[in-house]
Amino acid sequence: MVEGKKFVNRFNYAFIDESTKKEIRRKLLKAICIPGYQVPYSSPEMPIARGWGTGGLHVTLAIIGKNDIFKIIDQGSDASVNACNLRDFVQSTTDCETTFETKKATIIQTRHRITEEVLHENQIMVFQVPQPEPLRGVERYERKTRQMHAEANYAKMWVSLYESYVRFGDIMRGAGYPVKVNKRYIMSPSPIPRWDIPNLNNAKCLYLFGAGREKRLYAVPPFTDVEPLEFEDVKFKIEDFNGIACDLSGEKVAFFDELYNSEGSTSHVVNDSDFLDKLIREERPCQWSNKYLQEKIQEEADEFAEKK
Amino acid sequence: MGYVAVKGGSEAIDNARLLVEFYRLRDNTPPVAIDQLKSQFRLGIDKIMGEGSFYAPEYGALALKQVEGDVLEAAFIMRAYRATLSRNYYSEIVSTEDMFVQRRISSSFRDIPGGQILGPTRDYTLRILDTSLVHEKDEGIQNFLREFQKNVGDVSLNEIKSFSKVIDILRTQGLLSGVANDEDTRVLDVTREAIKFPVPRSARLQMLARAETGGLMALGYSSMRGHGSVHPTVGELRVGLVEVKVRSASGKVRYIGKIKVTEAEMISKTAKKRKKSTPYYSIGYGLCFGQNETKAICMGILDRAMRIPGSHSPASDQEFVLYHTEGIEAMGFTNHLKLPHYVTFQSGLNNVRNTMKRQNGQVEQEGLKTIVENISDDLI
Repeated sequence: MVEGKKFVNRFNYAFIDESTKKEIRRKLLKAICIPGYQVPYSSPEMPIARGWGTGGLHVTLAIIGKNDIFKIIDQGSDASVNACNLRDFVQSTTDCETTFETKKATIIQTRHRITEEVLHENQIMVFQVPQPEPLRGVERYERKTRQMHAEANYAKMWVSLYESYVRFGDIMRGAGYPVKVNKRYIMSPSPIPRWDIPNLNNAKCLYLFGAGREKRLYAVPPFTDVEPLEFEDVKFKIEDFNGIACDLSGEKVAFFDELYNSEGSTSHVVNDSDFLDKLIREERPCQWSNKYLQEKIQEEADEFAEKK
Repeated sequence: MGYVAVKGGSEAIDNARLLVEFYRLRDNTPPVAIDQLKSQFRLGIDKIMGEGSFYAPEYGALALKQVEGDVLEAAFIMRAYRATLSRNYYSEIVSTEDMFVQRRISSSFRDIPGGQILGPTRDYTLRILDTSLVHEKDEGIQNFLREFQKNVGDVSLNEIKSFSKVIDILRTQGLLSGVANDEDTRVLDVTREAIKFPVPRSARLQMLARAETGGLMALGYSSMRGHGSVHPTVGELRVGLVEVKVRSASGKVRYIGKIKVTEAEMISKTAKKRKKSTPYYSIGYGLCFGQNETKAICMGILDRAMRIPGSHSPASDQEFVLYHTEGIEAMGFTNHLKLPHYVTFQSGLNNVRNTMKRQNGQVEQEGLKTIVENISDDLI
């Protein structure tokens, strides 16, 4: 009987064997207990290549259950090739329901974006992280960066931001802007645009980060302070898309993709595919609210008033 | 929903899967049999098993067939497959002194106890393209095998006893300094836990045994050529079969099979710590699945190089060597650059444009270049 059962499924539920999933969950609990701290874990090989979202998959597969509804986006899009591939994989090994709809999903795996729509208590966002170490740019040795974190010695990081300001007149960090979590650890938010950074702060949902190749897990629990690194006089700024509106929906406050058409013209569309679909259908999903976005909305409103 | 170029992903990847299968089969030649690959592509499969960290020649052959001969890709498939298997046992310590030796050489001594055995090696063949293989026939193969059998001497296999180790000569004379095994309070399993630095030797050797041959060779060579101080002699290089045993739950040691391994013991002089202290020889150890001598030798060099205190050469740097010779990870990350990065790029672009605006459009070419370089660093 046991023999017969053994070969019915080629793989265990959610692909990874139970003891490894348990290990990953245990490490995730540790990560949640110490917000922003990088926890080393086994990181077994997956049937997709390292650097293509193995860490995110480990987290998703370790926490997913039969009643979960799974959504996955890559650069904001549900239909991006790698997202499709990973969605098929997760779906085929877990049989869980998948969706494009942000609101409906219980687990959202993402590469380089937070959804434009606000997330809630019953949702977990799983990030695929290429480089978990925010200090790697200023210190190449893992042995030393671990020590720097342990001692909260972030001088080198601050100096690099200062140098950037001196050389270029601004903090030139693009995506993956370093943040301080719970007033303790500096953390790499994975290469999400600066637009998304404020949404990590005091969110209702749980954020989990998996870096497969580098074998590290970390987390931002709900209602945790997440502050972008900034100086008293030189502040963190989100990307400005001033005067830009979405070609398809007319939306003005969202993260945009810049498209170059073959005849040489430029157009912009809302990056988040589910958000855009809804805007086109004239549903208006509830967007995140943060002081940076409010400023943008205010600016738009002022401009509108002026024109009138 | 055709508003972003990368949409329509599902259909595109389905078609890509079909196309790659078509390219494998389009010339309509007879299928390559697994046992053909297994026996005639022996060294390729040895490499796959070593880098895939999974000893299973049939599966290696299957993987090689599946990926149209890309050895590293095949090794990746083996790794992914092995990750689905639970680890039930750790083997008992394998003694290479009891190896069934197929090849064994030492370059440190002219003659060694038990003798030098050249065995199957391409070292002394001329690397001339053998055009006669184009017309290789079944008949020719049969003839060769018959002739070969005729010339095999009467010495039965049982008469070959185990060979003592060449380095034991140095060890008994007190010329060999110890290795750093005392770093290990327990044997770490790198497939079950992430390494932390400094890494104990057990983990270093495991990482090297799984590393990519080309990567090991590049770093091993760098150490010999000038970026480092290890220029070793082959104390002994062995290729052969060793028995693997596991201890069952009842405590009984059980034989589970033989595996082929290559073992290299590289000898080099240790740096003197103080002026008057005696120089010693020290060993660098390499062992990998199958017959892969380049790998075993370079592993030996790097094992030694990583134990040199205070050296600043790349080959002595644990983090540099172990992270960057991990071929499966390196290949994955290199290829991930093909994934779309337009969000991250947009974020950086925004910065560059603002900087240019600030500088009032008077950006000199050089200035722009450094800005762009700075930005591209962020594009992970």
